[in-house]
Amino acid sequence: MNRRLMDRSFYWFCKSMTWMALGILLILIFHICRQGCEYLDWQFLSSLPSRSPEKAGIKTALAGTVWIICFTALFAIPFGIATALYLEEYAPKRHPFVRLLQINIANLAGMPSIIYGLLGLTIFVRSLGFERSILAGSLTLALLILPVIVIASQEAIKAVPDSIRFAAYAMGARRYQVVLGQVLPSAIPGIMTGIILSISRAIGETAPLIIVGAMSYIAYTPESIFDMFTVLPVQIYNWAGRPKEEFHAIAAAGIMVLLLLLLSLNFIAVTIRSRYQRYK
Amino acid sequence: MKVFFTTILSLFVSATSFAAKNDAVMVDGSSTVFPITEAIAEDFRNPYPRVRVAIGVSGTGGGFKKFVKGETDINNASRKIKDSEMALAKKYNVSYKEIPVAYDGISVVVSKKNDWVDYISVAELKKIWQPGSTVKTWKDVRASWPDKEIRLYGPGTDSGTFDYFTKAINGKAHVSRSNFTKSEDDNVLVQGVQNDPAALAYFGFAYYQENQDKIRAVPVKANDTAKAIMPSVESINSGSYTPLSRAVYIYVNPEALKKDNVYNFVRHYLQAAPRLVKDVGYVPLPKEAYLTELKKLEQERVALGGDRLAKQD
Repeated sequence: MNRRLMDRSFYWFCKSMTWMALGILLILIFHICRQGCEYLDWQFLSSLPSRSPEKAGIKTALAGTVWIICFTALFAIPFGIATALYLEEYAPKRHPFVRLLQINIANLAGMPSIIYGLLGLTIFVRSLGFERSILAGSLTLALLILPVIVIASQEAIKAVPDSIRFAAYAMGARRYQVVLGQVLPSAIPGIMTGIILSISRAIGETAPLIIVGAMSYIAYTPESIFDMFTVLPVQIYNWAGRPKEEFHAIAAAGIMVLLLLLLSLNFIAVTIRSRYQRYK
Repeated sequence: MKVFFTTILSLFVSATSFAAKNDAVMVDGSSTVFPITEAIAEDFRNPYPRVRVAIGVSGTGGGFKKFVKGETDINNASRKIKDSEMALAKKYNVSYKEIPVAYDGISVVVSKKNDWVDYISVAELKKIWQPGSTVKTWKDVRASWPDKEIRLYGPGTDSGTFDYFTKAINGKAHVSRSNFTKSEDDNVLVQGVQNDPAALAYFGFAYYQENQDKIRAVPVKANDTAKAIMPSVESINSGSYTPLSRAVYIYVNPEALKKDNVYNFVRHYLQAAPRLVKDVGYVPLPKEAYLTELKKLEQERVALGGDRLAKQD
């Protein structure tokens, strides 16, 4: 009797926790949408920032975010996957240096993002002289998400059954053929999950970019990676702190744009993932 | 693979060919002055649509750190430059020109539901806010006020408003009681006060102006003989709202004034300020003050060997 009761209550506990979390999220999204929907239109997407709420738009921030995210992905993904492949397929697991590396990567994944901002400021902005550019910003964010990509990719590669490797070797494949032709494609769905999560994190980051030098007002869209930039979270934060009430609604509209961008990026990633899953 | 490497390589090679940042007007500094400079920058787009203006918000001090190294052309400042910052500027061989652009009045506010506060004196404010203050209830401040717990709200300790308020009230910048609710976001302070009759807060004039339907400002009495003065455009402009009104500034690097774009921007700043400062909730200087600054600016420019009217980019 007691065990049956436990069984039922544990089930209800888990279920209610799930729905509660989901409910809060829905209330939040609903609130944001109700506040922001009246401002969310084409004019909002295509206008420059302004002091008057009717004219204010998000064009520069949206463009900045797209640039930053593209280059962050470009920098982080090759490094992340190559590192994971090396650690899983080539590196001697018990070697003290490799273990040290492993511990460090795990630690880096949990580091507060502001520290990456300071790192980016010292190395990219000052030492390498990239100044407050998209290049400096996206390199900083790439560092930030690199550990997450490495760890997720490692897990995905670990999950590839050895039988696949042995079969490939038995056919006379070289090691690079095994890794690139068999292991990597089978691991892609897991790797994509890691990439989706880390890019989503990068898109919402404000603190490191403010340190690296994201602008608060900028009236032109970037044309090269050496241009100055602003990003959606910085612009939203800027609006949310304004005295005029209308700007709070505009901030909500900005949040909606950020969420939509996030959803569409995730949609692309999920599509790629499901394609590879079929291929497997 | 080859394509990938060539792309990366060409990206880095193009690093040398871009010098576009040179013609942009680089502004950084205080978040208090940001709305003014932003409004000017937006207005500046009309006569000069092709000039790039970028404004960052690193705080007055953070902005000066970049300004004294010559990394920015203009610094927004909600206070005057400090001695230590002057020394740094000298070290990096950067000089500067200080231009007052508007007034800000720090408003002391309570909820609309508070019906007992008629005015407050500087001495009473000091009693409340000084370090180690023992004030717990409104009665502790003035005997005729109710025996209700006083709940205090104020800006975070990094803000220029905090610096100025503590200097004006407690006599020394950055010295204050610490047990009050702090927020860098003034909207949070407004929300904290509006529904709580026993709350008291202070923040920039713009936030009071926008929220007059929710909160009310308390007239401030400078000393025993002075009249209690409400913060308003008139009282701040005339200087009678003492000691809580202050000027805010922009600092310009004269070296940057040699560049047409920067000169045009600063010039436009002084021309458009009387019209735009009010729009964003600040109090403009008297008209003549802007004209004097404008004249000084033009003289400076000529002294630097430039034309008074710079050509349009």
